Amino acid sequence: MTQTVFAPWNDPDAKPLIEFKGVTKAFGDFVAIDDLSLDIFEQEFFALLGPSGCGKTTMMRMLAGFESVTSGSILLAGKDIGPVPPNKRAVNMMFQSYALFPHLTIWDNIAFGLRRGNASKDEIANRVEDMLRLTRLTKFARRKPHQISGGQRQRVALARSLAKAPKLLLLDEPLGALDKKLRQDTQFELMDIQEKTGTTFVIVTHDQEEAMTVASRVAVMDEGKLIQVSTPDVIYEAPNSVYVADFIGDVNIIEGAAAQEGESVSISWAEGQPPIRARSTRSLTPGQKVHFAIRPEKLSITAERPAEAANAVTGKVLDIAYLGNISTYHVELPSGDVLKAQSANTRRIARRSFTWEDTVWLSWTETAGVVLEQ
Amino acid sequence: MRRLILIAVPYLWLLALFLVPFLIVLKISLSDIALSIPPYTPQLDLSEGWAGFRAFLSGLDFENFAFLTTDDLYWKAYLSSLQIALLSTVMTLLCGFPIAYGIARAPHEWRPTLLMLVILPFWTSFLIRVYAWMGILNTEGLLNQFLLFLGVISEPLTILNTNTAVYIGIVYTYLPFMILPIYAALEKMDESLLEAAEDLGCSRVSAFWLVTVPLSKSGIVAGCFLVFIPALGEFVIPSLLGGSQTLMIGKVLWEEFFSNRDWPVASAVAIVLLLILIVPIILFQRNQQLQREAEG
Repeated sequence: MTQTVFAPWNDPDAKPLIEFKGVTKAFGDFVAIDDLSLDIFEQEFFALLGPSGCGKTTMMRMLAGFESVTSGSILLAGKDIGPVPPNKRAVNMMFQSYALFPHLTIWDNIAFGLRRGNASKDEIANRVEDMLRLTRLTKFARRKPHQISGGQRQRVALARSLAKAPKLLLLDEPLGALDKKLRQDTQFELMDIQEKTGTTFVIVTHDQEEAMTVASRVAVMDEGKLIQVSTPDVIYEAPNSVYVADFIGDVNIIEGAAAQEGESVSISWAEGQPPIRARSTRSLTPGQKVHFAIRPEKLSITAERPAEAANAVTGKVLDIAYLGNISTYHVELPSGDVLKAQSANTRRIARRSFTWEDTVWLSWTETAGVVLEQ
Repeated sequence: MRRLILIAVPYLWLLALFLVPFLIVLKISLSDIALSIPPYTPQLDLSEGWAGFRAFLSGLDFENFAFLTTDDLYWKAYLSSLQIALLSTVMTLLCGFPIAYGIARAPHEWRPTLLMLVILPFWTSFLIRVYAWMGILNTEGLLNQFLLFLGVISEPLTILNTNTAVYIGIVYTYLPFMILPIYAALEKMDESLLEAAEDLGCSRVSAFWLVTVPLSKSGIVAGCFLVFIPALGEFVIPSLLGGSQTLMIGKVLWEEFFSNRDWPVASAVAIVLLLILIVPIILFQRNQQLQREAEG
């Protein structure tokens, strides 16, 4: 049995739910969003990822209707939503502060949006009960927001924003206020609820791990521009720029001059070191300055030089970060560069193979890293 | 021991400055008028011992309170005071809420200045400010001259010495007491709550009624009591701005004390006023406590 992969962004016939068309947003002289175009498809769990001030929250507020567009247009299901006020949009938002009404019970908070429409009392009651069950809050329905925990409040906010069955749900740093353990549990809960309800989710976050975990696609933003929009694995394994490679996870970046022969590239990066052998489908001019990016876990660390390795360098262990399941070794090369290598701690710590000041070999294959032009 | 001392300080304060004066007034209200200094009997004479004390107690009675029910003047004055206090509280709320709202929504750097402007009138004497209103409101006053100049009216309006002037005076005087608690409540309110309400389908107006008003309720209630309670016993404003037909219990009280020199009846009037005020004061305390519990 083959499962169809959910990837409407690869389907040229798929109709996007949201289209940003050349959207620019300026606050006075400051350009928050710079001529940005983006399609988001139905049932997607789309993450906007970037450092604070990159414009991700502005994009979300434009979708919700709290900010107007300076130029360009935003289409929801093919219709320009520019002139539609927030209370008339089929879009709901879960606020970073949750924005629960402190004077209303959990039940009334969830019913708040439903009461603004023309649903009957029974319909409202049924819908609220459904939402309470979905978010496992039935027990707390009669409490006020200040009488429940942070995690429960987060679920109330989610239930309230889902109650009106919006076409699009916006989540502004939804897990920011939770501690790490709860955050991880809630991430899976969010994905589960997204799947159950089939709602399109757009999440704003600065936490790359969170974006990678929950999202079907991730957009990495910087200074009002989209740097890369792709699935989490592509963002991680094949970043299109040093910025993305550096923003997502840990990475070693080596600068050098490229020489290309077909798809194989050799990068001379330090005197007295053999050039790095890598692969790239891009055509590079001879001698072009490039960055070679490789993730620490793609480097293997050994005592002897491995015979078959495409790339191998030797160095001295400078530092070891023990993280329990894995250890990160900082290895100083004779050139002075420091490379990070990770290995899983399959043995007990007492029997660790390497320690400080040991001379070790780092090796990797031709396809382990990526060659980046910018 | 230290806790006891800490608790004792406010209680001693209340005892010395509230309870003891109250008991003195209560005693006078139970006495009879006399042409003497002080102008009432009986006086407690401790030199005669126990018999003197019994004679003193037997001299006390409730006839002054009974007297209050015989003359229409008193209950009419109480009712009219209640009416003026209630109406002016409502008017102060109507003026104060928009001002508090405006300050709470003003840019951060403006707020201290705006609050300062609210408190600024307290820097001059209350009496002088009321006299200033006499200058503004009288027939040759600034307001009439201005309106005549604009051509809005052809002959001067009579405002001074009417109830209208009393309302203006009370609203003006007590406005800061309304603005400050409402501002405190509004200022704490998270603005994303209004965005959330709009996001869930509220118009701006319904978001105001469904979110802003309920969340500033404690401030509104506190402000109303802070205006209503002193306005009920107000004396200076009705006697300076009000006319002969303005009937307020504060004025009656003053006349009993200083014109009639009937201290016992004046004290009885004061005791009844206090009893009327106890109800709103208890309600006010309850509101404060509920608010503390809600925040706790």
